[in-house]
Amino acid sequence: MPFARYVEPGRVALVADGALKGKLVSVVDVIDQTRALVDGPGSGVQRQQIRLNQLHLTKFRLKYPFTAPTRVVRKAWTDAKLNEKWAESQWAQKLANKEKRAQMTDYDRFKLSSARVKRNRARTAVFKSLKVKAARAGTFGKKKVPKTPAKKPRTKKPATKKPAKK
Amino acid sequence: MAPPQPKAAAKPAAAPAGGVKKTKVGRPRNYDLGNGVVRFSKTKMFHKKAKYKFVGKKNPKAEKPKKPTVVVKQIGGEKNGGTRTVLLRRRRSFYPTQDKIRQRPHHKTFSKHVRRIRPNLTPGAVCILLAGRHAGKRVVLVGVLPSGLLLVTGPFAFNACPLRRIPQRFVIGTSTKIDLGDFKLPAHLDDAYFKKNKKSVKRSVKRKQGEDIFVTKKEKYVPSEQRKTDQKLVDEAVIKAIGKRADKKTLRGYLRAAFGLRSSQYPHRLRF
Repeated sequence: MPFARYVEPGRVALVADGALKGKLVSVVDVIDQTRALVDGPGSGVQRQQIRLNQLHLTKFRLKYPFTAPTRVVRKAWTDAKLNEKWAESQWAQKLANKEKRAQMTDYDRFKLSSARVKRNRARTAVFKSLKVKAARAGTFGKKKVPKTPAKKPRTKKPATKKPAKK
Repeated sequence: MAPPQPKAAAKPAAAPAGGVKKTKVGRPRNYDLGNGVVRFSKTKMFHKKAKYKFVGKKNPKAEKPKKPTVVVKQIGGEKNGGTRTVLLRRRRSFYPTQDKIRQRPHHKTFSKHVRRIRPNLTPGAVCILLAGRHAGKRVVLVGVLPSGLLLVTGPFAFNACPLRRIPQRFVIGTSTKIDLGDFKLPAHLDDAYFKKNKKSVKRSVKRKQGEDIFVTKKEKYVPSEQRKTDQKLVDEAVIKAIGKRADKKTLRGYLRAAFGLRSSQYPHRLRF
């Protein structure tokens, strides 16, 4: 498969390392094999050179001629609504979730784990009841089925109460 | 003349108070740490005082006119030279034959050390115990004793951790805080109260007491009535404070549950 993303004028990249880690930049010019001139008027990054191995290329690309001045880059950035689009992307959301996880305190972790226990119990209960039903109907497993109905599930809520932090 | 005199006296006194700046009083920056050790070494003080600026510089001292120590006196009489040199000040009358025994600076004993407790360890903080038989439990910090040890409680009903002392080294303080309000530790809960009563188990002692030296009796710890009442008193306050919170149910579960690390969880990367 050929490459889909190139280091090219307008390419938006996430800085993966260094002082600007976690910020979005847009490539303005390619200096040489290892470096590029980048600018980030929408993310508070000064126009500067950066090593390519510090960049992770995103799927976004802004439209402007190469070596465009910052004001042109800014206009392209705002016109493309890059910040909003980035925030919506799965990549950014994963990063945000990671950050959220890292910020959790010990008590938060406990709350999360107890919420998961609750959810998993509910899920298992539902699954088991479905299993029994299917077995009775003869669409699943062996025909041997006890006459007595399966034990009532232990949980109170039936299903799908996911914790906010996941 | 009475009136002009006070005026004249007041004038010179008022002038320095208003316009003339105060003379700086120099105080040594170095100080004694005890045991004859000073805070800053000679080298450090060399830099602090910026003595390097004056290395090699010569500042000729204005020579003070020497005060005469002797006076030549004329004396009368014959055949005695006519003069005598007399010391203005009398010689000392006592010269010690031995050096004085100086008092050495005191040893700073452990009990006098300054205790610095980590700032997040305030009464009401939930802590994770890292050592001892209750390691891994989440407990509530009740206070800090003068010995620098933390006083924690389970509460006992939650996780079977009694009122107990523990060094702050063996504790992770979490950001979870229980508002204990104006709860005050009873004054008798001090370090002596928690000190273990160590009895000698030496064989020679046992023999003297006529005990069988080969029988190893294990003494079971039984908390005294006093301890039980104190435990109750402190726990009551803590549990009450927990009950006031909106998340009391989860918090109770939290204190009941033990702390543990999962895979790829590193305590130095976690927030507590």
